Amino acid sequence: MFKWKIREKVASHEISVTSLMIIPLILLFFISFLVGRYPVSPDEVIMAIASKIFFINSTLSPAVYTIIFDIRLPRILAAMMIGAALSISGASFQGLFQNPLVSPDKLGVSAGAGFGAAIAILFSASVLMIQFSAFAWGLVAVALTYSLGKAFKGTSMLTLVLCGIAIASLFGALLSLIKYVADPYGQLQTIVFWLMGSLAAVNNQDVIIMAIPIFIGIFILLTIRWRFNVLSMGEEEAQTLGVNIKRLQAIIIVCCTVITASAVSMCGIIGWIGLVIPHVARMIVGPDHKILLPASIILGAFFLLLIDNIARTFTTTEIPLGILTAIIGAPFFLYLLMKSKEVWS
Amino acid sequence: MSNLMEILDGTFSYNGNDNVFEDINFKVEKGDVFCILGSNGAGKTTLLKCLNGLIKLDSGKVLLNGRDIYSLNHSQIAKKIGYIPQIHNSTFSFSVLDVVLMGRAPHLNIFSSPSEKDFKIAEKSLKSLNIYHMKDKPYTEISGGEQQLVFIARVLTQEPDVLLLDEPTSHLDFGNQIRTLHIIEKLAENGFSVVMSSHFPDHAFISSNKVAIMKGKSFIDIGTPEEVITEENMEIAYGIRVKIADMVHRRACVPLKIK
Repeated sequence: MFKWKIREKVASHEISVTSLMIIPLILLFFISFLVGRYPVSPDEVIMAIASKIFFINSTLSPAVYTIIFDIRLPRILAAMMIGAALSISGASFQGLFQNPLVSPDKLGVSAGAGFGAAIAILFSASVLMIQFSAFAWGLVAVALTYSLGKAFKGTSMLTLVLCGIAIASLFGALLSLIKYVADPYGQLQTIVFWLMGSLAAVNNQDVIIMAIPIFIGIFILLTIRWRFNVLSMGEEEAQTLGVNIKRLQAIIIVCCTVITASAVSMCGIIGWIGLVIPHVARMIVGPDHKILLPASIILGAFFLLLIDNIARTFTTTEIPLGILTAIIGAPFFLYLLMKSKEVWS
Repeated sequence: MSNLMEILDGTFSYNGNDNVFEDINFKVEKGDVFCILGSNGAGKTTLLKCLNGLIKLDSGKVLLNGRDIYSLNHSQIAKKIGYIPQIHNSTFSFSVLDVVLMGRAPHLNIFSSPSEKDFKIAEKSLKSLNIYHMKDKPYTEISGGEQQLVFIARVLTQEPDVLLLDEPTSHLDFGNQIRTLHIIEKLAENGFSVVMSSHFPDHAFISSNKVAIMKGKSFIDIGTPEEVITEENMEIAYGIRVKIADMVHRRACVPLKIK
């Protein structure tokens, strides 16, 4: 069986498999510079990057520089980072909740962020304020979910998910309220577009600000990733295996929430990736989180970069990312599901 | 002191007033196989969970090498006490080796993952149970009997002193039940102490050297299998009549027809 063979290979060559997966990502990274309205040749991209790295004076026009470094580079980096962030959060949450149907917004982070962005838009705040408000309200929503979960006795992960559902629908209702009172010819449009997700407005400064929390969160998750295996066997079993489950759960929730909130506050709500990329990764490398998390990062970065390239080139006006991820992702996922026959019981 | 594990006046309730059990006392020494019998709902699983601190006694103490286990953290307990639950819900199809490696968790800190040495220990446990050949198979796609062996391998990889086994033979076929009991006996010979719950009095004759019967919040009897598993005790515990018979190699407990 195909799946088997891959698994055996993975067991013995962990590093080589993840590094194999990196190659298409690197290729796509360079190709992405060529994609767009303004034509840029591969030579120009290589020359421009080389001149930046080695401080060589080049003969390229300033326009090409601007296109490559101020327009396409931030967008490419943001797409990769957001894809990676949502995917690793999804994979971590699925392990934490011992449930492959969980997505990173299960505890209400996206609903909170959507509300945060909408309220900032309602008060005609600046772009930076909208991002900050989205980020902050994303954290508030999860904090509410978590403390509600704590307040109920037993604090099983199921209770937490149920609290998350309640909080998410609460913020969903508040969001609807804001939409209802918003000016339909200005604010409402902005809100709706924000909710559908886009990377069109991302600039270098955004990328740098977002990179800090995302990198810290991903780094922490990666350093503790082997324990996810133990945790995913069930809370009680993990505890008898010596895992301090309360602490581990808290670390995972905080890291995932911070990186998801950072991603969402930057680009709006992009569903689907956090749910599906971990599955695709699991089909390729198996369920061991030690390999699954790095694989999810690479695949997530690849997928969102690909989608964003399509979003900005396929039609004359940009297609929102949230729409494309589902339109392209759903059939692709179903195809994989059929092919691999991986069934979740 | 040879008492490895000891429970003193253990009392527990889920809601604070209706005790599941009261004033339970027993000790486990090196090499013991201690079997707890009792009807469904008698509190066997709850008692086992109290022994490794999964749930906390309302009053009384659990001592491990003379130390109160509530003064130890999870990984300190897990280094000494291994536990195999009665029911396991699987979500992800980890390979058998990955599952067995999880036994190393108490020996590793939060930032580390298994090293070469940990792999060696896990592989040794797999070999000792003759299941090394299935190490790369998904543990969700093997039989119940094989799964039980995988969990035993995991608990051995944990390198504890005491093994708590919650009805280790419950979901197994006739042959695998006896093979599991044989493994438990072997483990005890190798210096592990075993505390297990069981629904089969006969199994206590096969593998245990100490037995207790749990009924109505306490032990109604405790001692060697020969002392405890009697026709009278069985009738009290289970409400059915049995015949205790001496076979060629061992004693047996055979249920009679209900009149």
